[in-house]
Amino acid sequence: MPESFINALLGGACIGLAATLLMILLGRIAGVSGILFTALKSPLDNFWAIFFFSGLLLGAFGYHFISGNPVPTFDVSLPLIIAGGFIVGLGTKMGSGCTSGHGICGIGRLSVRSIIATCTFMLFGFITVFVRLHGGLL
Amino acid sequence: MNNNGMNNALKLAASLSCGALFGFGLALSGMTDVSKVIGFLDLFGAWDPTLAFVMGGGLAITLPFFQFGIGKMQAPLFDEVFRLPTRADIDAQLIGGAAFFGIGWGLVGLCPGPAIASLAYLNVDIFYFGAAMALGMFAAEQLDGFLITEKVRP
Repeated sequence: MPESFINALLGGACIGLAATLLMILLGRIAGVSGILFTALKSPLDNFWAIFFFSGLLLGAFGYHFISGNPVPTFDVSLPLIIAGGFIVGLGTKMGSGCTSGHGICGIGRLSVRSIIATCTFMLFGFITVFVRLHGGLL
Repeated sequence: MNNNGMNNALKLAASLSCGALFGFGLALSGMTDVSKVIGFLDLFGAWDPTLAFVMGGGLAITLPFFQFGIGKMQAPLFDEVFRLPTRADIDAQLIGGAAFFGIGWGLVGLCPGPAIASLAYLNVDIFYFGAAMALGMFAAEQLDGFLITEKVRP
């Protein structure tokens, strides 16, 4: 199995373990979009959310620091960044979750809502990339 | 430090640690690499299946925990109750929101977790993405009730 597959599997296991520990320790679903909105909405009542996000940055930094792998490039045009970011925020708030909340926790709970949401955002992700890369748009 | 303060400090330390493990996993798995994400979403083109293993690895832990582990516990260690989602209705808001999210994900290659984690890369463009994402969330909150007319409120 190529190394990238093993890294994906191990990285996924770290994410799953982190989500499991957050539930065991704090009783919270590790859904990043939900935690983000909570932190933005009432930061003073949710210090735990701010600590969780500080951890997210530290962990990503720590990986590149320890492994010596360079940070990935991010070469996307500004209008696309703004539009994409806005739609991701709108969609995850409206649809009650993202890849972590629905994909990792919700499917783990065998929630029908999360299974449907995950299939939907994957499908629309596939369609969007197809139109972008092979439809001659954007 | 009294008991309450101690519990609070432990809770924050636990949250920081969970976040760090989560962020480490995101970077290790390749989820913060937008070119990899777009390769994964290019199902009808030059599909790179690598990132499917991220969900596989994650579910290998969360699925047994949520199916068998959590039921054996009364409460979380540092809080009173487990805060689990209770809704079971499939409505237009869920499907429409997920569809919007998928479109945004396909446009840039960042979903919320990797977007926040890769703020650590100190690329100003990712801060713009994060700010736009926050704006989108508040816009959705404002539009609630307009976007969704048939939502059943408990």
